[in-house]
Amino acid sequence: MATLLEQAEVGPQLTSAVVGRNPWALAGRRLRRNRIALAALALFLLIVVLSLAAPLYAKYVAHVNPFPPNLNGHTVVNGKVVAVMQQGGGTLRLGETPIGPTWDLGHYFLGADSLGRDVGALLLYGGRSSLLVGIGSAVLCCLAATVVALIAGFFGGTVDAVLSRIMDVIWAFPVYLLAISISTELLTHSNGFQFGPLHVSASSLWLPAVIIAFIFVPYVYRPVRGQVLAVVNKEFVEASVAQGAGNMRLIFSEILPNVVSTVIVLLPLMVATTILTESALSFLSVGVQPPNVSWGTIIQDGTSLLYTRPWVSIAPGIMILLTVLSLNVLGDGVRDALDPRAKLRVEG
Amino acid sequence: MTGPNMTGEPLLDVRDLKVSFRTEDGLVKAVDGVSLTLFEGETLGIVGESGSGKSVTMMSVMRLINDPNARFEGEVLYKGHDLMTLNRDQMRAIRGTGISMIFQDPMTSLNPVYRVGAQIAEQIRAHDHVSKQAARARAIELLAAVGIPQAAHRVDNYPHEFSGGMRQRVMIAMAVSCNPDILIADEPTTALDVTIQAQILKLLRKLRNDFGTAVVLITHDMGVVADLADRIAVMYAGRIVEQGTRREVFYDAQHPYTWGLLGSIARLDRPKPRRLAAIPGQPPSLLRLAPGCAFADRCAHRFDLCDEPPELLERVDGNHLDACHLEPKQKKELRETTIHPELIENAE
Amino acid sequence: MLTFIIRRLLWTVLVLFVITVVVFIIFFKTPGVDPARAIAGRNPSAQVLQEIREQFGLNKPLPVQYGLMMKSIFISRDLVSYSNQGVKVVPEIAAATPATLSLVFGAALIWVVMAIAVGVAAALLRGTVFDPLLMVLALIGVSAPVFWVGEVANLITQGTWHDTFLFSWVPPLGYTPLTQNPLLWFKGLVIPWITLSILYIGLYGRVLRANILETQNEDFVRTARAKGISERQVLLRHTLRTSMITFVSLFGLDFGALVAGGALLTEVVFGIHGVGYLTYQALANLDLPTIMATVVYGAFFIVLANTVVDIGYAWLDPRIRPT
Repeated sequence: MATLLEQAEVGPQLTSAVVGRNPWALAGRRLRRNRIALAALALFLLIVVLSLAAPLYAKYVAHVNPFPPNLNGHTVVNGKVVAVMQQGGGTLRLGETPIGPTWDLGHYFLGADSLGRDVGALLLYGGRSSLLVGIGSAVLCCLAATVVALIAGFFGGTVDAVLSRIMDVIWAFPVYLLAISISTELLTHSNGFQFGPLHVSASSLWLPAVIIAFIFVPYVYRPVRGQVLAVVNKEFVEASVAQGAGNMRLIFSEILPNVVSTVIVLLPLMVATTILTESALSFLSVGVQPPNVSWGTIIQDGTSLLYTRPWVSIAPGIMILLTVLSLNVLGDGVRDALDPRAKLRVEG
Repeated sequence: MTGPNMTGEPLLDVRDLKVSFRTEDGLVKAVDGVSLTLFEGETLGIVGESGSGKSVTMMSVMRLINDPNARFEGEVLYKGHDLMTLNRDQMRAIRGTGISMIFQDPMTSLNPVYRVGAQIAEQIRAHDHVSKQAARARAIELLAAVGIPQAAHRVDNYPHEFSGGMRQRVMIAMAVSCNPDILIADEPTTALDVTIQAQILKLLRKLRNDFGTAVVLITHDMGVVADLADRIAVMYAGRIVEQGTRREVFYDAQHPYTWGLLGSIARLDRPKPRRLAAIPGQPPSLLRLAPGCAFADRCAHRFDLCDEPPELLERVDGNHLDACHLEPKQKKELRETTIHPELIENAE
Repeated sequence: MLTFIIRRLLWTVLVLFVITVVVFIIFFKTPGVDPARAIAGRNPSAQVLQEIREQFGLNKPLPVQYGLMMKSIFISRDLVSYSNQGVKVVPEIAAATPATLSLVFGAALIWVVMAIAVGVAAALLRGTVFDPLLMVLALIGVSAPVFWVGEVANLITQGTWHDTFLFSWVPPLGYTPLTQNPLLWFKGLVIPWITLSILYIGLYGRVLRANILETQNEDFVRTARAKGISERQVLLRHTLRTSMITFVSLFGLDFGALVAGGALLTEVVFGIHGVGYLTYQALANLDLPTIMATVVYGAFFIVLANTVVDIGYAWLDPRIRPT
């Protein structure tokens, strides 16, 4: 009769108890099952595609160049040729009013703005700028914040104290005021900037992108640093050190993978935040600069026409709303997928 | 009153309790037909590893499982009333006064923002109409009774100002504050040091002796129940596999799983084994339970009958139940090789 | 506890100092920009430029320049706006503060009450259709740009439906001081209050709901139930008390940020001449002195709010009180 010990050496047959699964695969599966999040993702991608297709729309569908003023232009409405700027039009019957929405994709779909430009086409171009700045600054912000958080959390001590204090000071600045201050200063340079060999024009989209990324770095830094600190103290890191792992290896192989999920959860939410911030700054004329347009600038252009041609202001707002909404829903879905506590606790 | 009163009606009568959870992977049968009885003043030990269903069983008795995905079947009779059929208010009246429960981790089980005296008084005042001062005085008495020094001063401390063992004493004080008939202790010592463990167990014994409270002691450690329990139930994969008096289970264990548990205790009073015996393999996944005996895959003594689900029957005598198809004579022989492998080794 | 407070206050002063230095650097030391020209606004005369150079000591060493700027803001309070006909900036800010405070206090009251209602309702109604419904509404509130919501509100209340009984009571855009005409003050603020609070109701409702659901799974809530206290008591004394900790600290920070001028979008859209509006105007005119002063004012409030929140947090959660 074999003893239990000998049996152990032979190796028993087991019914599979716990099937080990890659946590990323698990998360991916959970996300794929979340239909609402997938719908949100689809909506967001649709908006991105439409915005990127702005030049195509302008050239092939609407046949306009929406950027230069078109005060004396004409377009076709219901088969008739009409002036883009109407005399004494609108309910107020004062001066010149641009035409309202024709709901005709080929001709001034959403009407014209006060410079006679095709609002529909501008809307798509505006989406381009808003999305580029939004996504760009969110990515920049997360990258920068992660790097600083890794350094601060890993090295601890004085390094951590100094970096965290700097973050606190940036955090202390009223977000919009800081952005506005920096933008104002930079805007006085109408000839652009010279960074060594690099010339950045004043109207470059990089400026608002970098400014917005900068002001939100503390916002991402805090949770990521918290996660780094939580991981740094875990035993598997100690074990790695005991095996003689160097700093670089520790940071990249042990700590970073465990921190990445925090950043991934934050990313869609940050894009939502940066898009809203960019639109506000552009509304105040300190964001995206002419000749570029963004949803925020179009809303600003539309304020003078608010009571006569409301669609000029309403349409970009709806676009922002839909984009940010889809990002928020997606962000929720990503967070639920990556959160291990989402799985039911079955206590023994 | 010192001894259990085993005559008459049981205080608690659990009849064929089944608890299952719907998860995204399927139906998890956490408790699969458990029947237990508890008499006045007796101490019942429930032993099993994580995932055996021991906690879920008693949490279901208290109706503390709020998971919308949980399904309950069976009856839980307390003093003749089926707790599963009571409404919220009726159940609330029983919790704390009739049946009380203490949990594994005293740090997270106490509300961190309230002083301990206030938390004890809260329970008292929920069931008795006494003044705040009277409740506070009683709280001080209770803290002293459980061995907290300077009770009158420490009654105003916050939970984080106590050590782990002290916090568990506070929990116990709170649980017995309304003189319950039954005290359920769910792994009360698992989160504590071994030396503190002994103190807590001593405290439980003292309270039991002084007040005649029936105690259900849930643990994974056979050593914990060795001293305190009158009767022991061993659980595995949501079922009871052995049940009997303390003597019967320790000295005449009938189920191979119980042998494994007993054999894996390091003993000072026996020759040192070459290797500490461990039960090979992993607990089964509660999603995919084998149709026959749940322990069969890890059992060294499996044979063809084990494909039939074994019933929990009296195979040896009166109140000693077990769920193993082996003949009692076989069991006696096999038991010795499992629990005392070093005897075999030394003989070789 | 007292040493904790003192240390926090000292830290506050330090941070304020650093902020003023940063503001100084931004406005005075950006390479390529002549501060005198920037401060003077449009088309300055040589005499004005000279005045500015003297007042701000632009030919003197840096620390002196910084000192002079601080002096003119805080001590002599005679910082003058050159693009706005020599108006004294600091009194101007002081005069604009009541408008901002009226706006922010009113909105805060509405949003706190509504957010708690929404958060608690959604958590309690979990499993019914109302929970996701409330959360979707909250999400929309969070996703709409506040200035756009304001414009739409104006469109409706001042334009399209102004003549209907629904909105005929809405006065024209602008702020009326409380002391001047309380009823008009109130009527003029209702729509701005609602607009500003929509975003925060959404935000805080969601946060509170998430916190409540998380807290309900905590061990101590399980213990509270095991003690046999009523479900309502469990909710109020245990679940809510703990969930509100995050809520309160977030509130402190947001409130501070709004008072600091963060409500500028709402103020601009509704024509409320508060501090935010002032900032915006200064911006449009590139009125450097005013911008500097408003930024310093704003930063002061934010840092103050941060400190209050930190102290308040320690009071709410005994675990982090320094022993």
